[in-house]
Amino acid sequence: MEKQTRTLDEVTIRFAGDSGDGMQLTGGQFTNTSAAMGNDLSTLPDYPAEIRAPRDTTYGVSGFQIHFGATEINTPGDHCDVLVAMNAASLKVNLRSLIDGGIIIVNTDGFGDRNLKLAGYAQSPLSDGSLSKYQVFQVDITKLTNLALADMNLGQKIVDKTKNFFALGMMYWMFNRTVDGTIQWIKEKFEKKPELIEANTRVMKAGWNYAETTDIFAVKYEVKPAQLTPGKYRNITGNQATALGFVTAAEKANLDLFLGSYPITPASDILHELSMFKNYGVKTFQAEDEIAGVTSAIGAAFGGSLALTTTSGPGVALKTEAIGLAVMVELPLVIVNVQRGGPSTGLPTKTEQADLLQAVYGRNGEAPVPVISASTPSDCFNTAVEASRIALKYMTPVMMLTDGYLANGSEPWLLPSVKDIPEIAPKFRTDPDGYMPYRRDEITLSREWAIPGTPGLEHRIGGLEKQDVTGNVNYEPENHERMIRLRAEKVERIANDIPLAQVEGDEKGELLVVGWGGTYGTIKTAVERKRKEGKSVSQLHLKYINPLQKNVGEILYNFKHILVPEINMGQLIKILRSKFLVPAIALNKVQGLPYRSIEIEEKIDEILGGKL
Amino acid sequence: MSTLVHDAISHDVVSKVKYTAKDFSSDQDVRWCPGCGDYSILAQVQRTMPELNVPKEKVVFVSGIGCSSRFPYYMETYGFHSIHGRATAIGSGLKIARPDLSVWIVTGDGDGLSIGGNHMIHLLRRNVDVNVLLFNNQIYGLTKGQYSPTSEFGKVTKSTPYGSVDMPFNPASLALGSGGTFVARSMDRDPKHLQGIVKRAAEHKGTSFVEVYQNCNVFNDGAFFQFTEKETKSDSVVFLEHGKPLVFGKESDKGIKLDGFSPVVVSLKDGVHSANDLLIHNEKDSTLAFILANMTYNHDVPRPFGIFLAIDRPRYEDEIEKQIDSAISKRGKGSLEKLLNSGDTWVIQ
Repeated sequence: MEKQTRTLDEVTIRFAGDSGDGMQLTGGQFTNTSAAMGNDLSTLPDYPAEIRAPRDTTYGVSGFQIHFGATEINTPGDHCDVLVAMNAASLKVNLRSLIDGGIIIVNTDGFGDRNLKLAGYAQSPLSDGSLSKYQVFQVDITKLTNLALADMNLGQKIVDKTKNFFALGMMYWMFNRTVDGTIQWIKEKFEKKPELIEANTRVMKAGWNYAETTDIFAVKYEVKPAQLTPGKYRNITGNQATALGFVTAAEKANLDLFLGSYPITPASDILHELSMFKNYGVKTFQAEDEIAGVTSAIGAAFGGSLALTTTSGPGVALKTEAIGLAVMVELPLVIVNVQRGGPSTGLPTKTEQADLLQAVYGRNGEAPVPVISASTPSDCFNTAVEASRIALKYMTPVMMLTDGYLANGSEPWLLPSVKDIPEIAPKFRTDPDGYMPYRRDEITLSREWAIPGTPGLEHRIGGLEKQDVTGNVNYEPENHERMIRLRAEKVERIANDIPLAQVEGDEKGELLVVGWGGTYGTIKTAVERKRKEGKSVSQLHLKYINPLQKNVGEILYNFKHILVPEINMGQLIKILRSKFLVPAIALNKVQGLPYRSIEIEEKIDEILGGKL
Repeated sequence: MSTLVHDAISHDVVSKVKYTAKDFSSDQDVRWCPGCGDYSILAQVQRTMPELNVPKEKVVFVSGIGCSSRFPYYMETYGFHSIHGRATAIGSGLKIARPDLSVWIVTGDGDGLSIGGNHMIHLLRRNVDVNVLLFNNQIYGLTKGQYSPTSEFGKVTKSTPYGSVDMPFNPASLALGSGGTFVARSMDRDPKHLQGIVKRAAEHKGTSFVEVYQNCNVFNDGAFFQFTEKETKSDSVVFLEHGKPLVFGKESDKGIKLDGFSPVVVSLKDGVHSANDLLIHNEKDSTLAFILANMTYNHDVPRPFGIFLAIDRPRYEDEIEKQIDSAISKRGKGSLEKLLNSGDTWVIQ
C-alpha cells in the first residue's frame, strides 16, 4: 500500500503505560530524537506517587507527554493528538486528554480480561464502540516483541521489558524520525550487556518495520524543524537546570557550593544532580531531616560557602525557623522550593503554586525574604544564578520558587556563553581595624561577611536581636524597631538592582494577564492566540515576587482589566491588590495540573466579551 | 577550599602563638545566675584553650538555645548562638564546609537531647570532627523549671506537679549507642578533671561528646551533690582511667569487678579481693564502654566519670574531601565551559 505523508506544524503525543513499562524512558528518547532533529518542544512526565503500584491498576499508570513542532512551543500541550496506551488502565486514565479524532495506539495484549477488570472496564473499549470518535490502531505489541526475539533465548522478563521499544519504533516511523540516536543511546546504556543492546535495538527496528509494512498505518507525518535561534542546545529539565545554575553561580562567585538537603518529591533530583559535581568542589550533605538541611547550610554560609538547601513545601514549613535565623544573622543562603500540591503531604507528584504566600510571609516576626521564581524549565538556570547573586550581595536568605511542572518538564535550552552570565563578586572582610559585625554598606545596606579563620575578626552572631552596627545582643525598644526597618529596607533596595518588568504585547490596553512561575508558557500561548484574533491583551510575567520590580504598579495602571491566573486560590493577586489597590480578577485552578491554554483563553474572552 | 576563602584566611595578620585564658574572654558581661555551674565550665574551657595550640581565629563556638547556649558570647573566638536544638547541625555544616576550623558545640540536656536529639545522634554516627560539650543540669533553666529528658523519674517540677512519668536518657549510653567515638563525663565542680577531659576531647579526631554535670542552683540545686561534694563524692564516684583498675572510696578501699557482664562493688579490705580482681579500664573497648555507661543509674555502684570510649574511625568531612580529590583527579577540575557543554547537545545552524 502506498503510504501518504502529511505535514503538521505541531503534535502532542502521550506515552502511557504501567509504571513498570518504561514510558518515561520511551518519552525521553522520543524527546531527544525530536530535539536533535530541530523541533522546538516541551515535555511533561506524569507519574504516580507509588513507586510500583500494583500492575495494571489505574493508580499505577505512568505517562509522558511531548509537544513538539516546527513553530515555537511553549507548553507540553493542552491535549494530546496521539495516545500510546500499553494497557487498559492507561487508556482509561488518559483518554480524557485526547482530542476528538485523535490517534490511539494500543497494545492489545494489555486489554485481556484481567487488565480490563483491574482498569474498571465492564467490557473492552476496543470492541464496544466507545472509541468510535478516535482513530484506533490495535497492535499486539507483546506478541510481536516476542516474535522479534524468538531466537535469542532471553527470559520472558527481559523480553517484556523491551516492548516499549516496539512502541517507540512505531512512533519513530509515524513521525518520520530517525532511530539512530536511540540506537546510540542503547549502545551506551547497555555497554556491558551486549544481549540487551541486540534485543532493544531489534525490537525498536521491528516496531518501525511493522508500521512501515503493515496496512494498518496508512499515513505518516512530518514535523519540520523549528526556526530556533542558532547555537548549541541541550534538552533540560527544571531540576537539572537548577542544579547547573547553582554550580555556575558558585564558579562565578569563586566560592564552594554547599547543599544541605533532605530527600523530598519533587525536589530530590537537584540533590542527585549536585552530588555528581564533586569535581567542581560541590559538597552535598544529605541531612537527617529538613531542619538539618537548612541549618547545615547556614553553618556552611558562616564558613564562607555559597549555601543552598532544596526542598518542597512541607520541607519549607520545617525550615521556617531557620530561615528566620538566616534573616537575623544576615548570612547568604538560597532556599529552593519545588512546589507541589498541598496542604500537608498533599499531592507529592503533582504541581501547584500555593506556597507563594508562605515564601513571602511565612515566618515568625518581621522577617522579609527576597523571593524569585522560575518561569520555564531552562529559566531555572537563570533564576538559580540570580538567587545566588542576590543572596551574596545582600547577605540574605533568598527563596527561589519552582514547581513540580517545571522541575520534571523539559525543553531545549540554548546554552549560554560563560561571558554572558552575570558576574558575582562576593567579598570577605579581612581588615580587623574598626570591624563592626553589623555595619552596613550605604547602598545595599548589607553587612560584611567575615568568616572564621580570619585573624582579628572574631565576633559572635545569633538569633537574638542585634544592636545596630555592633551586633551585640540588645533589647532596647528603639533599636529593635530600627533593626526591623533596616532589614526590611535592605530587601526593598534589591528593587534598585534588578531589571524593570517587561510587558509582552502592547504596554497599554484592555487586559493585562499577570502571572508568575510555571504558568508562563501557557499564558503566553493563550495571550498570543487572542492577540492574533485582534484582542487588546498583553502579558506580564513576574520573576521577582519580593521585592516587586519598581515599574509593576505603573504597568498595571495602564490596563483597564487585570487577570491573574494562578494554580492556587489567589496568592499573587492578594499582594498586587494590597500593594496597588487594583481590582484584579483571579483565575484559580487547584487540581494538581498545569493550566491548559484554552482555560485562560476562555477567561480572557469572558472578561473582554466581544470587544477587540 | 575556594580561593576566595583561602585568600581571606591567609591574611597577613600574625596570630599570637602563646595565649592565656584571658585571651579567650570576650568583652561581654557574663549573665548567668550567680552560683551557676556554667561559670566553672566557662573558666575551665578558657583555661584549657591556650594548651590546644590552635590559633584563636580558627576556633568557633556554636550553640543552640538555653542557659548553656549563651556560652559563645563569652568566648573571644568566632561564635554562633543559633536556634533551639540545631547547633549540632550548624556545626556539622560549618565543619564539612571548613575542615580547617576547630568547631565546638555547646548545648544542654534540653537543647541537645530533646529538641535537638535527632541531630545529636546523627552527628555522632557521622563522626564529624567537632567537640560537643553537653551541660547536663537535669532541668529546663531558661524557661524556668520544667523537667528535662535527663530529669529523674518522679521529678516534681512546674510542668510535672505530680511527678514526671518519663524515663530519663543516660546521655553517655545514648552517645555510645549512636556510634560515638569519644564519650566522656565530667562535672562543673572538679576543675582539674574537667580541664583534662576538655583537652582530650579537643585532641580526639572525630566527634567528641562530653557530658558535664552542671548544677542549676535556682531550679535544680544539688541535683549532683552526691557526686560533687566532698562528703559523699569519694564513695559515689569512680573515675575511669585508661589501663587502671576501677578503684574508689575515701581510702581507695573499694573497687569494681565484673560478675558476668554486671559490674559489682567489692571491698579491697575483705581479705578475699585484691586489685588484681578488679576491672581494668580500656577506653578502646566499645563493649566495656556500654557496661560502664550503664552503671549510671545503677544505685548499687558508684557513678563513672572520665572517658568511656576513645576510638578512631573515619571522619565524615575527610571522606567528603577524599571523594572530591578523587573526582578531580579522575575527571579534572570542573570549569564553567565544561559544565555548560555537558550532556547531550546539538547545534542549530
